Amino acid sequence: MAIFLTEASKVIVQGMTGSEGTKHTTRMLASGTAVVGGVNPRKAGTSVSFPQGDGTVDVPVFGSVAEAVAATGADVSVIFVPPAHTKGAVVEAVDAGVPLVVIITEGVPVADTAEFFAYAQDKGVRLIGPNCPGLISPGKSNVGIIPADITGPGRIGLVSKSGTLTYQMMYELRDLGFSSAVGIGGDPIIGTTHIDALAAFEADPDTDVIVMIGEIGGDAEERAAAFIQEHVTKPVVGYVAGFTAPEGKTMGHAGAIVSGSSGTAQAKKEALEAAGVKVGKTPSETAALARELLSR
Amino acid sequence: MDLFEYQARDIFEKHGVPVLGGIVATTPDDARAAATTLLGDQPGVVVVKAQVKTGGRGKAGGVKLARSADEAAERAGEILGMDIKGHTVHRVMIAAGARIAQEFYFSLLLDRAERRYLAMCSVEGGMEIEQLAVERPEALAKVAVDPRVGIDAAKADEIVAAAGFDASIAGKVADVLQKLWLVYRDEDATLVEVNPLVLTEDGEVVALDGKVSLDANADFRHADHAELEDKAAADPLEARAKAKDLNYVKLDGEVGIIGNGAGLVMSTLDVVAYAGEKHGAVKPANFLDIGGGASAEVMAAGLDIILTDPQVKSVFVNVFGGITACDAVANGIVAALEILGDEASKPLVVRLDGNNVEEGRRILAEANHPLVTLADTMDGGADKAAELANA
Repeated sequence: MAIFLTEASKVIVQGMTGSEGTKHTTRMLASGTAVVGGVNPRKAGTSVSFPQGDGTVDVPVFGSVAEAVAATGADVSVIFVPPAHTKGAVVEAVDAGVPLVVIITEGVPVADTAEFFAYAQDKGVRLIGPNCPGLISPGKSNVGIIPADITGPGRIGLVSKSGTLTYQMMYELRDLGFSSAVGIGGDPIIGTTHIDALAAFEADPDTDVIVMIGEIGGDAEERAAAFIQEHVTKPVVGYVAGFTAPEGKTMGHAGAIVSGSSGTAQAKKEALEAAGVKVGKTPSETAALARELLSR
Repeated sequence: MDLFEYQARDIFEKHGVPVLGGIVATTPDDARAAATTLLGDQPGVVVVKAQVKTGGRGKAGGVKLARSADEAAERAGEILGMDIKGHTVHRVMIAAGARIAQEFYFSLLLDRAERRYLAMCSVEGGMEIEQLAVERPEALAKVAVDPRVGIDAAKADEIVAAAGFDASIAGKVADVLQKLWLVYRDEDATLVEVNPLVLTEDGEVVALDGKVSLDANADFRHADHAELEDKAAADPLEARAKAKDLNYVKLDGEVGIIGNGAGLVMSTLDVVAYAGEKHGAVKPANFLDIGGGASAEVMAAGLDIILTDPQVKSVFVNVFGGITACDAVANGIVAALEILGDEASKPLVVRLDGNNVEEGRRILAEANHPLVTLADTMDGGADKAAELANA
């Protein structure tokens, strides 16, 4: 098991023929992901050749997500199209009945995200992102841009707003490995939240310890803390980035801003600790806490 | 991007939201001319309002009445240059006076938790809304708004009813709310707030003061939003960084920071601040995220910005090689130092981990640049950089 993504997942790539899409499809295939097709109406019927092992593998290009799903039985779509086209791409995937849509694209207008999230929610489709690194179930499948070679399978579940902080934490705990690591993205509106991932890890028999990484802005961590208190029995370790961030300055992610007394790292840390979560001051200290809990 | 009140007023007007006359001025003479335009030959009152992106300007003396054009010029002279909570007043808006019968509150914003929009409305306007929300939450109606539908006639009626408006003006208010939705939708706003929304003595519903925040991610479909930016207010280093498309925020400290990925950079700031506690309380000097693809050019541009900050005494480069491998980052650093030449004059601590880390460290070791120190871990690098900044 793992969450959201397993060895059985069949993945299509919207934007596969673009430069980012091509680069990351190569990496996804190299890490063992079953990439079964790409979508580009102008290149329908062709295929793209990717290196695999000592040879190559040809991935077919379909004219629409619906055609790709009909031909391949794909159940995951990953989106690499530019921001102006992202809403259309998500709606197309939802309409085609894909149950999991992972949106890597950065810079999507929040109004577009709000609209396609509402649309996906009505149809029962899970979105991850936008502006996220995707997710990996090491040794099984890797959808998005998380480097597959940091670490292998293990019993830690990781959920994080930030991409490189996800990599850093996987690296710190590389000897132990992960069941799944999910990068949910740093935008103000995201499809899968800390809470969704916590619930999935709680239910996953292959996850023993959960590491949750948050950052300044909004109150997602506070809400996650309340959820943990009520619903999570597995040990959770937390980390919050941005203790030294000043008020009113956006720190890279559109959602990462301290406004007034809300959104501070300190408030998030306190909320998590009140829910029984051990919170590290730094990534290395957080990793040490997770290590300790896993060895119990 | 947060707008000034006068910019919000203009955008409201563009979308048919009833507003009073308002003209921005940067000098007392302009203020006199603006007041003359608004007053005409009639006796009357104008309001001179400081244009700053912070609350509480009334209490700070940034809003004053004037009964003639000359008086408006005089009041503008007093307000221009004033400091309000760290914001220098560079502009005033000369606004037409209104005879106010009642004050209300309205806002429309993102609801991150529910991932839709939220309308908040109260018939008790005028006071600080945070205070109202805490002291009398029942007086603040909160109504969920579906992003796909927005505030249509039915939703406007629902909000007006929830807030408890008098039947005599409910229709007029509902009409204004629908127009405020057009502002939100058509301008890609993330916040539209009217405080106060007023009923005038002659029975009109008018947006007297507005706050609008626009979504920078939507700039590609709003060519006209670029001119709303307050370029004068940006820190000069931040402005230079922005021109180079770098994600840079100037802070008050001595250790320059470069990293890849917003979360890792935020975390680096924290780790450096903790390390600084042991080294003369040095602090991080900036936030700089060079993104996932850390090319030599971007690294050079980033180092250039940081090294020209006179406060910076050392630099910590903290990169986790993911998509861009460490050897490429190392080559980027070496090339950046070559490009900068003698301008690179402060010690650099570099921590690389991740993809191709051995090769990356080898490249830096081989280049053997006198300013560069290699660190094995993020904590170790932060400590070394803090120590060097305190030397």
